Amino acid sequence: MTALLIVGGRIIDPSQGVDAVGDLLIADGRIVQVGRVNKALPYEGYSVVHAKGMIVAPGFIDLHCHLREPGFEDKETIATGTRAAARGGFTTICSMPNTEPPIDTRATVEFIQKKAAAEGVVRVLPIGCITKGRRGQEMVEMGELAEAGVVALSDDGNPVTDPRLMRYALEYSRLFDLVLIDHCEDLSLSESGVMNEGWVSTRLGLKGIPASAEEVAVARDIALAEMTRGRLHIAHVSTAGSVALIRSAKERGVAVTAEVTPHHLTLTQERVIGRGWDSTKAAPLPLSCYDTNAKVNPPLRTARDVEALITGLKEGVIDAIATDHAPHTDVDKICEFGIAAFGISGLETALGSLLTLVHRGEMDLSTLISKLTIEPAKILRKSEIGTLKIGASADVTIFDPSAEWTVDPSAFASKGKNTPLAGQTLKGRAMATIVAGELVYKDELTKVEIKEGSV
Amino acid sequence: MRTTRQREIEPTLEAGIWRRRHILDLDDFTREELELVLETADAMKEVLSRDIKKVPTLRGKTVVTLFYEPSTRTRVSFEQAAKNLSADVINLGASGSSVEKGESLIDTVRTLQALGADAIVMRHYHAGAPYLVARHIDVSVINGGDGCHAHPSQGLLDLYTIREHLGTVSGAKVVIIGDITHSRVARSNIWGLSKMGAKVVLTAPPTLLPLGLGAPHFPKIIIEQNVDHAVEGADVIMPLRLQLERQKRGLLPSIREYVQLYQLDARRLAKAKPNALVLHPGPMNEGVEITPEVAHGAQSVIEEQVANGVAVRMALLYLLLGGAQ
Repeated sequence: MTALLIVGGRIIDPSQGVDAVGDLLIADGRIVQVGRVNKALPYEGYSVVHAKGMIVAPGFIDLHCHLREPGFEDKETIATGTRAAARGGFTTICSMPNTEPPIDTRATVEFIQKKAAAEGVVRVLPIGCITKGRRGQEMVEMGELAEAGVVALSDDGNPVTDPRLMRYALEYSRLFDLVLIDHCEDLSLSESGVMNEGWVSTRLGLKGIPASAEEVAVARDIALAEMTRGRLHIAHVSTAGSVALIRSAKERGVAVTAEVTPHHLTLTQERVIGRGWDSTKAAPLPLSCYDTNAKVNPPLRTARDVEALITGLKEGVIDAIATDHAPHTDVDKICEFGIAAFGISGLETALGSLLTLVHRGEMDLSTLISKLTIEPAKILRKSEIGTLKIGASADVTIFDPSAEWTVDPSAFASKGKNTPLAGQTLKGRAMATIVAGELVYKDELTKVEIKEGSV
Repeated sequence: MRTTRQREIEPTLEAGIWRRRHILDLDDFTREELELVLETADAMKEVLSRDIKKVPTLRGKTVVTLFYEPSTRTRVSFEQAAKNLSADVINLGASGSSVEKGESLIDTVRTLQALGADAIVMRHYHAGAPYLVARHIDVSVINGGDGCHAHPSQGLLDLYTIREHLGTVSGAKVVIIGDITHSRVARSNIWGLSKMGAKVVLTAPPTLLPLGLGAPHFPKIIIEQNVDHAVEGADVIMPLRLQLERQKRGLLPSIREYVQLYQLDARRLAKAKPNALVLHPGPMNEGVEITPEVAHGAQSVIEEQVANGVAVRMALLYLLLGGAQ
């Protein structure tokens, strides 16, 4: 029997309302005991992880990331993406199907599963397409994909533009209780836009993406979900207007859930000009402006949107935090802003970014952890993850909320070095990541001892 | 060489005012810098009035014009300016170069740097492209127009033309009419004019007026919906080119209605001050944003703008490459 004992940490498990200093015992990949654990353990040998001063939480679950494999292995692979996840404290990640080929058949789902089993270090749950080839014309064979093990369906990156097809997909998906994740964007309104439409896009002469491009799509999807009673999940909510729409839908009892990214919770449109921009003044543009690392879809919005997203998250209007980890190569990013790829490599900075909300007193630690654990687990209908209940899968994230570190993309495990946070100091990082009882990542400062057991 | 240059042209180069390596926009120009450019352009204009319009100031320097978009006046005017200062000029367009083979912008400008360019005058359809270039090479970069963002040399020649006629830019009411959203000229003019103390009034159909103009991000800008009110008492009126594709993209119901509502004609011009100047960045759509009679009338200084463009661009090249180093 292999065992692992985490001692002296502050255990926070929102699924059980636990927040107490104690020990956590893991054996054979399961949670065995939470609380005070006796020193003599009935195992042949076991590891002890010292977690004093640290938070011990259920392993983080990311509902939305791009592993790029198959098809775009120069941007990321399942091997590198899962290592990035482990460094970020994520033990389960849901991979989006905008690969080449897209994940729209059993064979491609199995490819991801086999690759993840052979080369990955965290749990990878594949998301399948809603439509064949993500072309928005015909539904995928949802039954086959469900049986193959997809946890959700999405044409991510592409919205399902045809409302009738979206209606049918929401109706049909009920057969398998699959949640549909929609990238809400009205392509006519956002057409060729590259950043939020507002004073910054005006200043920079860039084509804007209005908030309404997202909101009309959210409103449409909510109306369809309400009619069909299908399960709808709104990806990467970015505007105050979307939050209001989802709030009112939830009040009516519509089966809608939503996620928000760390970057939409912490950064604004001004980041395209540069860090530390004083938006109350008309200062000259710095040479470093048009920062393609801040180019992301949906775009970084205004301070007012950020405020509404934080409030929406706290109030449960937004259920979960998802990274939308979107790694790209330098060739995709070090170029003219207009042709640069959208996306931020986010797995390794998510926790540090999100903890700024806690350090600023805008959110308590337990709420934040619930948005990364039990809430996404509920959306996925997975009861064995996102919790530290006895018998649950031993997926555990240990993090130090006050450890300061400087973001250095060259040290990322991800191939995607595209982050607007390079050089920034963040407070808080993962110290150890455990997946099904296996220590898959450990910070160099984390102390682990091998002990003799009492058997 | 230094003394020869000083004899040939005599702008007052006070050490310390000019430390600029690039000209990307006018938003970072101080009033002193703007005045230095205008004074230097005066000296250049004097050179242009001579029989032999050439001085050896930039002999041995190489200026590359790199134009990814079509251009008549800006490219030719920079070329002429560089040649008047005896620089060698290499003209490169997107077609006929390795850009057609898919070479990236950064690789292209690195090649130009390796080939010995001292300054690159560039026009690009992507806003911000000159900033990208300036980050990656050591050569001076002059923005000859980037997307819908900026066109600083045009802004400077507009300032120069206004100052030449009115004596000062300060206090002048300058009305810009038309497609502000897609106008890099309007953006650069906003910075240059407001820094020099002009009162800038913008008037446009709401579909061609971008979000966020005015305080705090664009201080001292006045938006006036009604064009007839806007032009009242104006010292300078600048209609912008209306690209006909804007109508096709649904931003306007028809060109006919735009003409009725926004065209600068004699009737509207009469509402301005008696000797108000008419400027246009070109190329014009005569009969659309401006009537031919106004475009070629007594108050039009459109051709002078073009001529002044050479003097202003000589000033810029001189200050960047031959100035007080």
